Amino acid sequence: MSLLLDNMPALLIAVSLFGAFLIPIFGRFLPKIRDPWVILVSFLASLIAVINAVTVFTKGTVVYVFGAAAGSSAASIDSGGLPFRIIFTIDGFGAFMLLSAAIVSFAVILYLVSSQKERSGKSEFYALYLLLTAGIFGMVSTGDMFNFFVFLEINSLAAAALVSYHRNGGIAVEGALKYLIVNTVGGLMVLLSIGLLYAQYDSLNMAVIASQMTWTTLNIVALVLFITALAMKAGTVPFHYATPDAYSVAPSGITALMVVASQAGLYGLFRILFTVYGGALNTVTVGWVIIILGILSMVIGVTMALPQKDVKRLLAYHAVSQTGYMLLGVGVALAVLGDPVALSAYGQTAMEGGLFHIINHALYKGLLFLAVGAVIYRTGVWNLNKLGGLGHNMKWTMIFFLIGALAIAGIPPFNGFASKLMIYESVFAFNPILSVIAMIVSILTLASFMKVFHSVFMGPKLPEFENVKEVPKLMIAGMVILTIFVIGFGLVPDLVVDSIVTPAADALLNQGSYIAAVLGGVL
Amino acid sequence: MPFITVALLIGIAFAIILLKKNMIKMVMGIGIMESAVNLFLITIGYREDGIAPIFTNAPEGVDMVLPTVQALTLTNIVIGVATTALMISMIMIIYKKYGTLNSDKMRRLKE
Repeated sequence: MSLLLDNMPALLIAVSLFGAFLIPIFGRFLPKIRDPWVILVSFLASLIAVINAVTVFTKGTVVYVFGAAAGSSAASIDSGGLPFRIIFTIDGFGAFMLLSAAIVSFAVILYLVSSQKERSGKSEFYALYLLLTAGIFGMVSTGDMFNFFVFLEINSLAAAALVSYHRNGGIAVEGALKYLIVNTVGGLMVLLSIGLLYAQYDSLNMAVIASQMTWTTLNIVALVLFITALAMKAGTVPFHYATPDAYSVAPSGITALMVVASQAGLYGLFRILFTVYGGALNTVTVGWVIIILGILSMVIGVTMALPQKDVKRLLAYHAVSQTGYMLLGVGVALAVLGDPVALSAYGQTAMEGGLFHIINHALYKGLLFLAVGAVIYRTGVWNLNKLGGLGHNMKWTMIFFLIGALAIAGIPPFNGFASKLMIYESVFAFNPILSVIAMIVSILTLASFMKVFHSVFMGPKLPEFENVKEVPKLMIAGMVILTIFVIGFGLVPDLVVDSIVTPAADALLNQGSYIAAVLGGVL
Repeated sequence: MPFITVALLIGIAFAIILLKKNMIKMVMGIGIMESAVNLFLITIGYREDGIAPIFTNAPEGVDMVLPTVQALTLTNIVIGVATTALMISMIMIIYKKYGTLNSDKMRRLKE
């Protein structure tokens, strides 16, 4: 038992990978037990992620050294004080992301097992799904630069392959190809800047690089490459063109998980900014760059969403817009990082609001994509103008969609309200204009979702949808899981913020504790 | 000198990816960019007159080239193969369905 507990961080990746590669074998010889196996593996992986997260929140940062005896420090004695092994460093922020990925990935697999029942080629589909989960888990828990790149590529490849899975007359492949090209170029830029850092500091370990970081020209070049590449992965403006294309053609459940996959890119961005560069940054300039990226994403995302007719494309543009809120909150915190008074006055709250919005967005956007996917599953229609009157036959789906829509628009008592309020308040103290823009975007979001809700669910029954039935129970179960968290986080936001968001914000703001956790007293 | 080559190759690769309409050529551009990054990684590990980093029977006082970056390059080559294969197979499907390789004519998503 203690052997299992000691190696929890490694199991995080191992379970998903092992499960993924067994699926085709089961699919070939024992097709009956494949679906239960997929659910079991996904459940175990999520459970392990939650256990890891709980360990981090109760006992502090977990450092796991691959290939070393349990409990040994990152820098072994014979290495002269340099940690050269691959390590996993899960701190508050990593644990926070693990939680969000675990909840969404398990809810989505329940939904997928049911909605993919009549499709062919399911074995490889589920194998890719678990690979994508492994990629996300790896990205948010690794403490090694190159390892981060490898998981980033696993993430991109699996996501692109899943997007193109149901070819849909070539449209899905077109979206997937764009997504893959953008992500591959981004990945290579990440690798280039990892090379730039390695050339200077002779290490791939984030903590070692962070402890020696200075503000030189080469490091600025590397930082610009990092920000560009990870913004590509996260799908913010000006790289927002690939996101809606890929999101709108992917199978609905996959899109819900891809929101989390993009947020893993956001995780990388914040990790690089706060932990690796941290105090060495020119925080005001870089902070404003992030704020402007955030504002642009918010405004452009929501204005592009308003005229869309394809319901999933509309949701995808809202995903771009919501990413802007996270960048805004965290950007404000970064801009005041060098000013302790402002940081404690509103910087900390802005940070917590931005991070809280990450998990909230993963939950309610996941819920919205699943609900819309349920509508498409039963009707086969994507066009808003052709849908209507479905509220009569799909009551549960309608309720779930309504909850998700109110949450994304920031209406109390749902979780979107809690995080948006934190962002408004703190950003108002920093710069009132930014806060006003954020509120206007929120109102536009509400308007857009009322339009969708009205045109899909309201109105009289349409003759062509006379015999539409409610979706199967497992699909509803997936949506129920997300709904519980959406409402729960909205009802007790203080509890959630205190127990998981504040540790995540502290972990990012306090660069020294990350370095100390990895290196101990060695350097 | 090798660094200038790297910068030049990356510039060429970006130009190809952004300017060319033919999707196969865009994939080739990504291939060039990948080689440029690999070259960069190998170059930063190079030591003048260095020997292979094998500690058994290594002569005293001779520099060794850095093994880490070579491991990174190897990994990146493998990842690159997977990416290229996936992209090319997607292009094959698109060609079958659309009958064109021109990225400007891939507009079905927008309709």
